Amino acid sequence: MREITERDLELLATGAWILGAGGGGDPYHSLLAMKRLYSSGTTTRLMDPDDLADDARIAVVSTMGAPLVGEERLTDPEVAARAVQMMEEYVGHGFDAVMSLEIGGSNSIQPFMVAAFTGLPVLDADTMGRAYPEAQMSSFAIGDLRPYPLTLADPRGVETVVSKVPTWKWMERVSRKICTEVGSTAATCKAPRTGREVKEWGILRTVSQAIDIGRAVHEARQSKQNPVQAVVDCEDGRILFEGKIVEVNRRTTEGFLRGSVELEGLEADKGHRMKLDFQNEFSIGWINEEPRVMVPDIITVLDSTTGEAIGTEAIRYGQRVQILVLRAPEIQTTPKGLEHVGPRAFGYDLDFESVFAEVQRT
Amino acid sequence: MRRIGVDVGGTNTDAVLVDTDRVLAAVKRPTSEDVTSGIVSALNALLDELGGDPGGLDGVVIGTTHFTNAVVQRRDLEHIGALRIGLPSGAALPPFADWPQDLAAHVSGRVVMVEGGHEYDGRPFMPLNESDVRQAAKRFQDEGIASVAIVAVFSPLTSECEERAAEILREVSPDIKLTLSHNLGRVGLLERENAALLNASLRRLAESTTLAFTEALDTSGIKAPLYLTQNDGTVMRADQAEAFPVYSFSSGPTNSMRGAAHLSGLSDAMVVDVGGTTTDIGHLKAGFPREANTVVEIGGVRTLFRMPDLLSIGLGGGSLVDTEHHTVGPVSVGYGLTSKALVFGGGQLTATDVGVAAGLSRIGTSPASTDSIDEPVISWAMNRIHEMIEKNVDRMKVDAAPLPLLAVGGGAFLVPDSIPGISEVIRLEHGSVANAVGAAIAQVSGEVDQVFSGLGREEALERASSIARNRAIAAGADSENLRVVDVEDLPLAYLPGDARRVRVKVVGETVSS
Repeated sequence: MREITERDLELLATGAWILGAGGGGDPYHSLLAMKRLYSSGTTTRLMDPDDLADDARIAVVSTMGAPLVGEERLTDPEVAARAVQMMEEYVGHGFDAVMSLEIGGSNSIQPFMVAAFTGLPVLDADTMGRAYPEAQMSSFAIGDLRPYPLTLADPRGVETVVSKVPTWKWMERVSRKICTEVGSTAATCKAPRTGREVKEWGILRTVSQAIDIGRAVHEARQSKQNPVQAVVDCEDGRILFEGKIVEVNRRTTEGFLRGSVELEGLEADKGHRMKLDFQNEFSIGWINEEPRVMVPDIITVLDSTTGEAIGTEAIRYGQRVQILVLRAPEIQTTPKGLEHVGPRAFGYDLDFESVFAEVQRT
Repeated sequence: MRRIGVDVGGTNTDAVLVDTDRVLAAVKRPTSEDVTSGIVSALNALLDELGGDPGGLDGVVIGTTHFTNAVVQRRDLEHIGALRIGLPSGAALPPFADWPQDLAAHVSGRVVMVEGGHEYDGRPFMPLNESDVRQAAKRFQDEGIASVAIVAVFSPLTSECEERAAEILREVSPDIKLTLSHNLGRVGLLERENAALLNASLRRLAESTTLAFTEALDTSGIKAPLYLTQNDGTVMRADQAEAFPVYSFSSGPTNSMRGAAHLSGLSDAMVVDVGGTTTDIGHLKAGFPREANTVVEIGGVRTLFRMPDLLSIGLGGGSLVDTEHHTVGPVSVGYGLTSKALVFGGGQLTATDVGVAAGLSRIGTSPASTDSIDEPVISWAMNRIHEMIEKNVDRMKVDAAPLPLLAVGGGAFLVPDSIPGISEVIRLEHGSVANAVGAAIAQVSGEVDQVFSGLGREEALERASSIARNRAIAAGADSENLRVVDVEDLPLAYLPGDARRVRVKVVGETVSS
């Protein structure tokens, strides 16, 4: 168990935004809310999964909704905590720790907001290792763990419990409907987990991983080194392409932001073109029309000079960027994992081939 | 169109008279402490050049850094009230939440949050709590607050709550100055609120500044409508500038790029402005600088202002040439160029000296001094300078097709004659007053950035264009020659009903008087 400082949270926000793979929402507001709590004396703690008892009870939290709505209806730590309190009231017991559903984007900060009000330690783990658009893409769904119950809280006192559903997909459909009705943003507490379940199916130590990435970026910026290269070194990642955005196409189908961006190569990639498809997050990349990178590998687009991640809603014509690829968590590259988060889960008839496997071959 | 353009810079106040496509006169005078007398002196000098008579004028357009400097230097700001409408959402991040403490201390008078606001699709989020608004109004009045920013959740979608609150505040204090956030733009509550708060804090200064500008015109005997330039290369009338001073933030670089476009007659080109310390590189598209995508900070406050996307590199006429490490810049002699450079009898080797030695320029008072520079030094230093410019032009250029490049600013001779990807390097007469020219030829714009739901894409774009056109006309544009310079639409993730955020910008010439 270690104390998390304000500086740790800043690093976490930077690292988590990079792990968001273009989605998950900018953690800026959540970080700001935490800084205000810290300035009035709040502290939070991070717990290593090794310190978790098998019968410990863990709350899994996230804010669900459209990132754009979050730009107007600002995040509220008290409402995040209320969703957990509702779950305690519903299941009739308290929790020993709280963890995030997804480390990518603003949900990385969600358990810390809950911790600030409940005093619970935050578990160093999540269920995605990045950001994904839907609940059935979590590692708990890959592990076929029970998908219910789920609580949703809205600051106006609209409080809902989804008490039972047969599958993770049903949970996604029903909870999405409720979320839309209250304005497309809601604080949620997902199905509670035991310590044993988290240790077996969770994606472990991703909070520390995000903090490490954030530290690499901040230190590189401070010493005027290349922040993108710093992430590569820190995560053993790979810069796949450097270029400028020459085309952006977006459309909504089935409630998702889908589309593609096209890049024209710069520097070493001059003369080559890259196309990146996204469904909230970047899903697949083609260089000169050949598929070269795909989910579950983490595809991120970083500003070439600042190393700041650029989200799929904010990517624009003319930006100068580098395409960075980070390794997918192991569980997502198993046959069962690929059923949930591989190229076919996103509608591409392709067998998953990791960028990193290719590196080893050559 | 016959206009006077004035650029009030940190060092010089430039004034030009532009008639349609021609620069008829151009002058440079030192900027004065009180701003006004520098403008008067520049205008008088301009009139002298014209034999005392500017002829029939369509307007005087002033570009100024006055309001940006007030925020950056924390001076002349007023204590304001902040009214946020959106409870019970957002209470954890009240107004001023992300401001630097010293600036907040200068500006934050009384902060009040009340229930109200809307959802993303226009449904009410909570009914506006009118009695709380009335109570806030009385409190502002009791505390002597004269300027208030009103911000409601999703007001760019529907401004109803902000308008109603404004009515109530005016009922209580008829003379109160109000800034309604939906007038300042985009979705993004904190950033829009920050813009509204900054604007409210500048209202008193805006009033006295525009009055001083008007007096400067009167003193010079010039009779013409007064405009101020905005950061997107368009103008606003003086009365509008009084209400929205924040729109003038960082209009200088924009004016310079627009001026270069005008002087060359080109609307799509790269622009390289070589100053004393830095070189600004930008990309003109449809006659306007391409906008930056990042969040812009003014005096440490995050905003969503429209700013030109410029790459600034540490290379200028005053850049020091280091013969030991074979580097040029980023250290510069800056304003000391005319005393420290070799060609001005000084002892420092600068980029200007190398340019003169290479026969590219004849500036300076002792040209013979460059004979002492070794031939190999001239050659590697010029190579290095050309390399820096070429590499960064390529970074800023987003089109694969070759484009012309406009070289302006005092150090324009440092720009090479041929650059890969550039069809032609054009050096401009009057390039050193491109700023003032840009001010003189600025257009007016109308912009919309709003979420539409329940409409098809075409219909939504059509409706947005029509709102933008009406806004441009309201801002003084001639309805006959409006053109759309920017369209962007963004479907909203997860939102049903084909919801999309549409952004359209329309510009046009001002109506001739």
